[in-house]
Amino acid sequence: MYESEAKLAEPNATMRSGVGNVRATVPREHRQTVGNTRVDNPRIRCNKLNVYYGDTHAIHDINLDVGNNEILALIGPSGCGKTTFLRCMNRMNDTIPGCRVEGEIIVDKQNVNSPEVDVVPLRARMGMVFQKPNPFPKSIYENVAFGPRIHGLTANKAELDEVVETSLVKAGLWDEVKERLDQPGTGLSGGQQQRLCIARAIAVQPEVILMDEPCSALDPIATAVIENLMVELRQNFTICIVTHSMQQAARVSNRTAFFHLGDLIEVGETNELFIRPGHQLTEDYITGRFG
Amino acid sequence: MLSLVLVLLLFSSIAYYVGRRRAFSAAGGQIRQLHSLPGYNGLYVALWCGLPALLVLLAWLSLEGAIIDNLVVAALPRDIIEQGAERVTLVLNEIQNVVSGTIYGEPDATVLAAAEHYRQLKSISHGALIGLTLVLPLAAGAYALRKINPRFEARNAVEGVITGLLLTSSTIAVLTTVGIVLSVLFESLRFFQSVPITEFLFGLEWSPQTAIREDQVGSSGAFGAVPLFAGTMLIALIAMLVAVPIGLMSAIYLSEYANVRFRAVAKPLLEILAGVPTVVYGFFAALTVAPFIRDAGGLLGLDVASESALAAGLVMGIMIIPFVSSLSDDVINAVPQAMRDGSYGIGATRSETIKRVIIPAALPGIVGGILLAVSRAIGETMIVVMAAGLAANLTANPLEAVTTVTVQIVTLLVGDQEFDSPKTLAAFALGLVLFVVTLFLNVIALYIVRKYREQYE
Ligand SMILES: Nc1ncnc2c1ncn2[C@@H]1O[C@H](COP(=O)(O)OP(=O)(O)OP(=O)(O)O)[C@@H](O)[C@H]1O
Ligand SMILES: [Mg+2]
Repeated sequence: MYESEAKLAEPNATMRSGVGNVRATVPREHRQTVGNTRVDNPRIRCNKLNVYYGDTHAIHDINLDVGNNEILALIGPSGCGKTTFLRCMNRMNDTIPGCRVEGEIIVDKQNVNSPEVDVVPLRARMGMVFQKPNPFPKSIYENVAFGPRIHGLTANKAELDEVVETSLVKAGLWDEVKERLDQPGTGLSGGQQQRLCIARAIAVQPEVILMDEPCSALDPIATAVIENLMVELRQNFTICIVTHSMQQAARVSNRTAFFHLGDLIEVGETNELFIRPGHQLTEDYITGRFG
Repeated sequence: MLSLVLVLLLFSSIAYYVGRRRAFSAAGGQIRQLHSLPGYNGLYVALWCGLPALLVLLAWLSLEGAIIDNLVVAALPRDIIEQGAERVTLVLNEIQNVVSGTIYGEPDATVLAAAEHYRQLKSISHGALIGLTLVLPLAAGAYALRKINPRFEARNAVEGVITGLLLTSSTIAVLTTVGIVLSVLFESLRFFQSVPITEFLFGLEWSPQTAIREDQVGSSGAFGAVPLFAGTMLIALIAMLVAVPIGLMSAIYLSEYANVRFRAVAKPLLEILAGVPTVVYGFFAALTVAPFIRDAGGLLGLDVASESALAAGLVMGIMIIPFVSSLSDDVINAVPQAMRDGSYGIGATRSETIKRVIIPAALPGIVGGILLAVSRAIGETMIVVMAAGLAANLTANPLEAVTTVTVQIVTLLVGDQEFDSPKTLAAFALGLVLFVVTLFLNVIALYIVRKYREQYE
């Protein structure tokens, strides 16, 4: 297996050689993860996770736990596989033709990465906020009410109204849209759409929330609202967040995992990792020498 | 004629090379010195060389006949001309027959002399034409060649010509449409002079047999088109009842459920349905489906006409399935994957996603596609000519025979008719109605489809 991997990786390594010396000198076989990938009593446990897009090996042998009531930050340079990893956990990679996920993802003692598992309840439990805001071409109200409606979470219109309102309030969007809930969600600005999608995801009260760069289009104030939301949600739930902002990772997360070219290079307590990174690549990345 | 065109082409290609060389040398080999690339300079010369000569050639050919005819007629002896226009036409015909050598019997001397005159004029004309096509390109080419210098804006000129060419093409298309519409409109207006428009649009009886001779019996002629409209709608309705559910559902299956391999096979197969000639559908409807329906109805104790609206409508529906399915498939595929992801990510099932996200998002496009299909169904002719019958019954019963607008147009115009009888003119009025309705449907459909496209941009 390593042989084919090395073969595949070869053109990659030469292709990237011009980008920066760190990338050029990366050995292309699987690299051992620095730090403790395991936690006691994990909410999600990934064992030897591999993802392929056709022939491209996008994620290599990743072992990683996500603890209960914790915020795990996924960081790493663009294209390193953060989104791919995140999408494994609620099986969203199933929808990509040619994508193959191997390995185990244990949730509640069950391997959810097996074909017998029904993805519908799984995804209902693991809400996702996508990297690119994708509101439905429906009204703002209907966007947020979508999840509660299909899962029958509310008994009547009043309850639904309340869920919609609290979700929008939590996402910090309520004040901006309360006058125009019946207007299309696609008509909002990029940052508003991002918050609408967050509201849509939390409206079904998922146990785990997978957030893919949820603040990429937000101003500092809206970002602070979302970060407070995450800290609040953490009391009861588990959150995985992909972010390109070191400050954000440092501010909100308990643990941080650093990815590089499909490998999990280092994982550890956020305070530890940012102060004493255990791997040269991690240090280079968080100090801004590449990425 | 062909050889002249070939000569022109040859001249033009030579001119292209000469022009290009000239541009090269004018720039002293430094292409950056040129305003336009050498190729554009070459094209410029080639266009000057070829286009004017081609236009003259075309104009010449289209006017030649008429001019020669006039000259020959003018040279005919007075007594023939004084016998009136009809006689002159006859004589001219005879002369032309003599010239082309297809004459039977002995033409008289004046005709023979005129034919000789005709031949002479013709050969003069040919000689002049050949001379022109040789001289004009050379002169025009030389003129263009002289203009080439490094600062000359050949590219702009060439692009101007190309724009003009494109504009001409689209103008031809538009003008043709306008011409058709106007001719239909004027003939319809003539029809409405003999039959009031209100009677035509609201009359309930259609029997267009007017008397050809005064003494003919039983031919009153009634031009109330409502039974035709009703028949058309009935058949189109049956067709849509078949095509919309089947087409839509197969589109949903193909784009949302089917795996890649099945889709690769099934989609072209479905589209083959659109490639079957309508006349084949026609006899399928008339010879297979209609008798089957009649027999099946008979078993159930129903009285089914042998040319039922049901048979024509069913077959027309089958014909339209690929129309609906491939348009719907396109709009469903145009719904971004991110929409599906958003829905699946919340834990929606596939059918919930289709019902609540994809169909609503694609709905305007689907409606547009269906409207296009309706306009297709209304205008469809062959199937109904063969399977729907001629009886202008005003009925909503699909088991009876009805007739449609298109069928009546065909029957009104087939056979020897006086061109200005109300019976023939009625066909134009029907055509006008058909045109207006389908135009209206298409405009709405295109509007909806366009509106829908903007949604994700
Ligand atoms: N649908 C796909 N088909 C093929 N290859 C893909 C696909 N999605 C991602 N990849 C590849 O997998 C690798 C990881 O991609 P991924 O989207 O997970 O990166 P990322 O870390 O989320 O990057 P970014 O920070 O830019 O969002 C990349 O090399 C990418 O080219
Ligand atoms: Mg990503």
